[in-house]
Amino acid sequence: MADPTIPAPVPGAAAAPGPSAAPALPTAAEAAHPYAGFLKNNLREYGMLMSLVVIMGLFQYLTGGTLLEPLNLTNLVLQNSYIVIMALGMLLVIVAGHIDLSVGSVVGFIGALAAVLMVQYDWHFVPATIVCLLGGALIGAAQGWFVAFFRIPSFIVTLAGMLVFKGLSLALLQGQSVGPFPPTFQLLSSGFIPDWLNGETLRTTSLLAGILVAFVLIVAKLRERANQSRHGMESEPYPFFIGKNLVFVAIIVAFSWKLASYKGLPNVLIIMTLLMLFYDFVTTRTTVGRRIYAMGGNEKAARLSGVKTQWLSFYTFVNMGVLAAVAGLVFAARLNTATPKAGTGFELDVIAACFIGGASASGGVGKVLGAVIGAFVMGVMNNGMSILGIGIDYQQVIKGLVLLAAVFVDVYNKSKS
Amino acid sequence: MTLLEMRSITKRFHGVTALSDVNLAVQAGEIHAVVGENGAGKSTLMKVLSGVYPHGEFEGAIHFEGSERQFRGITDSEHAGIIIIHQELALVPLLSIAENIFLGNEPSRHGVIDWFAAYAKTKELLRKVGLNERPSTLITDIGVGKQQLVEIAKALSKEVKLLILDEPTASLNETDSDALLALLLDLKAQGISCILISHKLNEISKVADTITVIRDGSTVRSFDCRTDTVSEDQVIQAMVGRQLADRYPKRTPQIGETVFEIADWRVHHPEHADRLVIKGVNLHARRGEIVGIAGLMGAGRTELAMSVFGKSYGRKISGQVKLNGREVDVSTIQKAIAAGLAYVTEDRKGYGLVLDNDIQRNITLANLGGVSSGSVIDDGREYKVANDYRHKLRIRCASVFQQVVNLSGGNQQKVVLAKWLFANPEVLILDEPTRGIDVGAKFEIYTLMAELAAAGKCVVMISSEMPELLGMCDRIYVMNEGRFVGEFDREEASQEKIMRSIVTAGAA
Repeated sequence: MADPTIPAPVPGAAAAPGPSAAPALPTAAEAAHPYAGFLKNNLREYGMLMSLVVIMGLFQYLTGGTLLEPLNLTNLVLQNSYIVIMALGMLLVIVAGHIDLSVGSVVGFIGALAAVLMVQYDWHFVPATIVCLLGGALIGAAQGWFVAFFRIPSFIVTLAGMLVFKGLSLALLQGQSVGPFPPTFQLLSSGFIPDWLNGETLRTTSLLAGILVAFVLIVAKLRERANQSRHGMESEPYPFFIGKNLVFVAIIVAFSWKLASYKGLPNVLIIMTLLMLFYDFVTTRTTVGRRIYAMGGNEKAARLSGVKTQWLSFYTFVNMGVLAAVAGLVFAARLNTATPKAGTGFELDVIAACFIGGASASGGVGKVLGAVIGAFVMGVMNNGMSILGIGIDYQQVIKGLVLLAAVFVDVYNKSKS
Repeated sequence: MTLLEMRSITKRFHGVTALSDVNLAVQAGEIHAVVGENGAGKSTLMKVLSGVYPHGEFEGAIHFEGSERQFRGITDSEHAGIIIIHQELALVPLLSIAENIFLGNEPSRHGVIDWFAAYAKTKELLRKVGLNERPSTLITDIGVGKQQLVEIAKALSKEVKLLILDEPTASLNETDSDALLALLLDLKAQGISCILISHKLNEISKVADTITVIRDGSTVRSFDCRTDTVSEDQVIQAMVGRQLADRYPKRTPQIGETVFEIADWRVHHPEHADRLVIKGVNLHARRGEIVGIAGLMGAGRTELAMSVFGKSYGRKISGQVKLNGREVDVSTIQKAIAAGLAYVTEDRKGYGLVLDNDIQRNITLANLGGVSSGSVIDDGREYKVANDYRHKLRIRCASVFQQVVNLSGGNQQKVVLAKWLFANPEVLILDEPTRGIDVGAKFEIYTLMAELAAAGKCVVMISSEMPELLGMCDRIYVMNEGRFVGEFDREEASQEKIMRSIVTAGAA
């Protein structure tokens, strides 16, 4: 592993004071609008969020306000949770330079496994869940083994996996639907956090939880900024910092207010949020995350810098397998039954979410929050178009075009700069 | 009769002059050798001739068969009868000999290939070049020597008048080389002229009628072998004769005990397991010493360095690596780094940098542990480290958050160096550290090397530029075809001696 020592401070650097001895001269345009350059550099990040807001606004208008009704908002979360959860893992796989086509089949297979264990063998949901998660890890490990150590293209390995696990779930269920699940297990998808404060029309606990999250977010961001400026790091301009975080806080509070006025925060939202924060942290702050990006960007350079690229590829697939298992459990609990057709086509939504969210098909580029936003863009469109009564036929056409347009804009902007 | 005349050819790349006022005249029915060091401009000149750099991208004129030609691309020059065979053969491995010979030029009627005609013609061409293979044999099934002949057969199929061969014998054994040279003489007898680019003076003296020497982008001398007796010494002197100016930092080496040793190092080719690439190399380097490895491209220098650095090249590797007298395990890159080795690649874009990432992330990649606690990266510490190196190495950039893809070659190289300095190695192996960077940045990198040596590190420098080896190194090994064929101290080393040990090793 890398040597943890920091070399003695270099004499030249000690002599050079302040953040920059040779600052780049700002161009005339940048000097005139000090924030223009920053905005241009970060347009992608804000652009993603903006496009989600625009799409939500559009459907809110087209559906005459139905989209953001508390009931529908709750449904939106429940419907998209499993896609979001898998998008977290898929993002890592794509950043590492691979793809996983098998996740839809794995969702179906794990759902079937859970149903067989809990319904046919009467297992308690805790051991059954553990077995299912281990099963997911094993599936990921098996596929990752071929990809990482034998250099078989992931497209082929997981295409095979897609067929294998689709077949295995059929075999496991013997072609039948198996259900219903025990009520305690159903709570995974249909439950909401309990309301200890007994709000009359408003689930006060849920609202307070939302406000708490917003508060924690502010504190974390302020600390991060303080740390950055302590080391002389330039960060985003203050107005942007304030503005961006105020918008985030407003969204979180408004969102939890809406949900609180229905049944409160769904359990699965809590799981999803925790996973999201975890993976955002892993990708942006840890050495493992950094190495995955380096590997996806240039595998040879990463390997020659001491990154264990084969093991890293392997682990991204194990991770994907576990997350697909989580999604499988969530989905099974939501349907309250395991059917042989469960999970069909999910891989496409998940992969599309990552690419809409700005991941690059050649690896090395992509963000967790982008993939989550991408998943919600797809979700809002699904939901909104269903409310509008657009048939499944044209829904697919529109979704396909949106995917193409999102990636086109991305690639076009990149080639222009 | 003059077949080809290139008059005052000047070619610039983004302000860097690669060729300056080069003249080359080839007579009909002669073998004309073009020699020069790596980077002298031979390949650029041939690319100008063959239309890879189209008319208008260079200054000067090309006259062929008595009239001026303005080639817009390689098709134009081939149409005129000028055909170039590159060092890396342009054959499709999984197609047959006949398919390769007529690739893009298939005898056909209404788009349907006439295979009978193709095979019949291939047989005839193969007989001409003396290759006894069936036209349907796949390229992948024949050796490099025979592949070279297929390339020539392909050229003959296009009615070649001037054949250009770039280092044709570089990867051939002696028998194949001799056969190839005999074929060239045979073609000459049939009236086909040939430009032969080669480093192997013994081969050139066997076949060449004229020798033109190119150095630093200009023609320095032409020898006529028909009228004069030309000695290898004269040619070597013309190739390297240049003044060593003040292009290297002054340093007084303080050389200590032996730190780094490689003993009886043998490496096999990664794909052809029976081919020995490194044939028993012994090397040592002492504290504070800069050791050079000279040699031509393909001598095995990079392969040696990469096989030592975590077995990142080759297989069936045997031999010992010692650091400070103790044998160390360098079987993986992680272990090699931990032992105190660093390897700065010659191919910084392919193997050195993650181009889409910013400067900071590239600098810390080999030692992420140094900027993190647990496995959580400390943003502030990372930024400080990157910024320190930015100032120390004078990496010119807007900020350390700039993507390295947008940096100049010299600044990219500094980022790669910064990465390995931060890994804090004891032995630093630099592979062509100044390739493709400008003079100013070169001097900065030399200065840095001198500082590292003065700080007690051990620096091993692989370079194809002899002046920089002579200017920087305390001791120089000369490598040729997988072996060390010479070793010179700073005082006794000279370009002539190095070049001589390479060309005589090739002949032996």
